[in-house]
Amino acid sequence: MTLDRTTAIDELLPTTLREDFPYLDQELNGHPLAYLDSGATAQRPIAVLDAERAYLEHSNAAVHRGASTLVGTSTSAFEEARETVAGFVGAGPREIVWTENATDAINMVALGMADAAAGLGGPEADVFRLGADDEIVVTEAEHHADLIPWQRLAAKTGATLRWIPVHDDGTWSIDDAASVIGPRTRLVAFGHVSNVTGFVAPAAEVVELAHRHGALVLLDACQSVPHRPTDFAALGVDFAAFSAHKMLGPTGIGVLYGREHLLDALPPARTGGSTITTVTMESASFLPSPQRFEAGTQPVSQAVALAEAVRYLDTLGMEQVHAHESALAELLVDETARIPGIRLIGPAAGVERAALASVDVPGVHAHDVGQFLDSQGIAVRVGHHCAQPLHRRLGLRATTRASAYVYTTTDEIHRFAAALAEVRRFFGVDA
Amino acid sequence: MSDLSGLYQELILDHSRRRLGDGELAEPHATHHELNPTCGDEITMGIRLDASGTVLEAIGWTGDGCSISMASASALTELATGADLERVRTLVDEFRSMMRSKGAGEANEELLGDAIAFHGVSKYVMRVKCAMLAWVALEACVASASASASEAAEPA
Repeated sequence: MTLDRTTAIDELLPTTLREDFPYLDQELNGHPLAYLDSGATAQRPIAVLDAERAYLEHSNAAVHRGASTLVGTSTSAFEEARETVAGFVGAGPREIVWTENATDAINMVALGMADAAAGLGGPEADVFRLGADDEIVVTEAEHHADLIPWQRLAAKTGATLRWIPVHDDGTWSIDDAASVIGPRTRLVAFGHVSNVTGFVAPAAEVVELAHRHGALVLLDACQSVPHRPTDFAALGVDFAAFSAHKMLGPTGIGVLYGREHLLDALPPARTGGSTITTVTMESASFLPSPQRFEAGTQPVSQAVALAEAVRYLDTLGMEQVHAHESALAELLVDETARIPGIRLIGPAAGVERAALASVDVPGVHAHDVGQFLDSQGIAVRVGHHCAQPLHRRLGLRATTRASAYVYTTTDEIHRFAAALAEVRRFFGVDA
Repeated sequence: MSDLSGLYQELILDHSRRRLGDGELAEPHATHHELNPTCGDEITMGIRLDASGTVLEAIGWTGDGCSISMASASALTELATGADLERVRTLVDEFRSMMRSKGAGEANEELLGDAIAFHGVSKYVMRVKCAMLAWVALEACVASASASASEAAEPA
């Protein structure tokens, strides 16, 4: 590793950036914290924390309820946040639905489709009605959040769940997808970027293929929206889901994206106050998107904070964020691949991947690897990362994952690699 | 907390390699599968009682997990094999209260012997479940074996 290379990577984003993240300036077990778990949850800059506090101190009031000046202020803040987030992902504001998190967003679609199959939603919901002859397609690499809701939908409707198989390195290709997606396919759901392997799916090609067969496409964008420029309209996906807390924003809020005419036709899985036009004792009719899905009191200060996170990322520039992470990804691969006795999961060196690396240390369980790193101040994720079928396919039960973000430095990657190189010796497993 | 030797005492690392009791037990009187869903660690334990039905004659287990969970299963096998069921229940209770101690107090060496090495694990809240995995399985095995023994003893 040349000094030039590390400096060049670290200078892709402003070098003062870490000052915006007070969380990072602490010790873990007597060492400066190296936070390499942003794939699980990212830390928040002061601007995001301040925005939420400022909203609560000056603008907080019931949103979309009543007619006072105060409600006008809070409702404007809430809806402006929606416009900001919509603009960030190539969507219109009516195509952005607030949810609890990305998991909730995916469930919203799966449950709405189950409602449609049960006869709710009228003729405009026909596009969502599945039956025994229909197929739902996912991949073998899916996060449980983008697998279990579809298992349930298949069970409720009699449809068949199929999956695109992955190769020994956890990746898959458009040819693999073409071997599964066909005339019976009604919905294709897949992760844009794998949270385990860092594999970047050929999203636009899959959309083209699925649409050719008349199938809908849902994109799990949790690991793409925070890290690379993402335009849902350009990709052509019908639905997408992502979470605020992985993109410098707060917990408690996620986003469901859907093309406007589809959202307006999807039966709302959760119903109640503020989603309706007319209610009688027998029935209710629903507002168009997004209000039809936003039942009950919404996470308002969180929406405002998420919009601030989006502005923060926009100021850095998503092209620049992506360039920084691509360079870190390359460094992660270079540094871990040369440690003897370590198996790096995911795309081979030279193939595009997100700035994350999941490794297996043969003879040492991931929990023990993680504990060893933890003792050196390095925070990583261990376990199956909510992807048991993928781990099983790779012949593994658990892995140790380092994942980077805007504030990650080359020094932290080097510390991770150096500590990883010591693991087998510590646990008495011969290298 | 940065000193890992409190967590990975030599005795624990030894047991994680020795894996006493590793292997499926033939003709068990009770078996139990225990899973830690957060990490996927799992163990399937079988126990066999003596002719009187009161002494734990043999323990066998198959499992996959971290060094703490596997070492704990090994230490358990060493400690509980040959003990009467009353003592086994006491061992489980004592081990559990040690694991809930968060590192406070003194472990009961007289009763737990080498297994007091796990006292240090109790400070690491995220690892307590690892150490408990085999003991929870043993507790379930004993409960199930006792239940079927008392059922058999019931007059028809």
